[in-house]
Amino acid sequence: MEVPILRQGQFLIASIQSALTDADLSHLREALIAQVGRSRCRGVIVDVTALDVMDSFAVRTLRDIAHMARLRGAETVIVGIQPDVAFAMVQLGLTLKGVATVLDLEEGLAFLHGRTQERTLEVKPKKPSGRG
Amino acid sequence: MGEELRLPIAADVDVVEARQQGRALAAVAGFSSGEQTVIAAAISEIARNILMYAKKGEIILSLVQNGDRQGVAVVAIDQGPGIPDIDRALQYGYSTSHGVGAGLPGAKRLMDEFEVDSVVGRGTTITMKKWRRTI
Repeated sequence: MEVPILRQGQFLIASIQSALTDADLSHLREALIAQVGRSRCRGVIVDVTALDVMDSFAVRTLRDIAHMARLRGAETVIVGIQPDVAFAMVQLGLTLKGVATVLDLEEGLAFLHGRTQERTLEVKPKKPSGRG
Repeated sequence: MGEELRLPIAADVDVVEARQQGRALAAVAGFSSGEQTVIAAAISEIARNILMYAKKGEIILSLVQNGDRQGVAVVAIDQGPGIPDIDRALQYGYSTSHGVGAGLPGAKRLMDEFEVDSVVGRGTTITMKKWRRTI
């Protein structure tokens, strides 16, 4: 089951549609990281609403996606972790430490807009002050 | 009751199938959807362990009863290399396969009963059970 990756402005949205095998997850990681470069995007949203279970492999792959995307200059946010899935993750002792998670797609887009604006401000050159 | 569901594990699609069947059985047993997900996650971890270490094996799912308590039993059987140090394999963060080291200890945390029977060179059988809370 291939995960469709859509482009929305300067962001990529990977919308998981069903349960994924380990191979599907690894493939998603490769595809996203390649596409971050190809489309020069600044942010990645992975929508996991349809994921039935988040086990150790899924959590590790999502963490890898976030860290690899960051190395390629894009921020990642995971959206749509269901209550039952969160419940099982906590019991499994799995955390997505260092990875942004928000409630849903709308929040994810808002989060990335905020993040990328912040970054644009950071790199703006300082205006020379005074006349010397 | 007493019926078994035997699921071969030889590819990663089988892991997904096993955890989905486990979830369905947990629903039949009357577990909440949160607990169904917990059982599915535990099955996912041990089924993946079969693939990773033994390449192939089997997951057997069944409903169990103890007095008036209902539950789900999951047995994972393989004829793989076996686990040389079970105590260590049950430690969180220990892995011999570059994994997270959350597989076995994770599954153990998720279930109420967890038993590992392993002989090096012969294989591993993991039996785990989850009981429905009756309050």
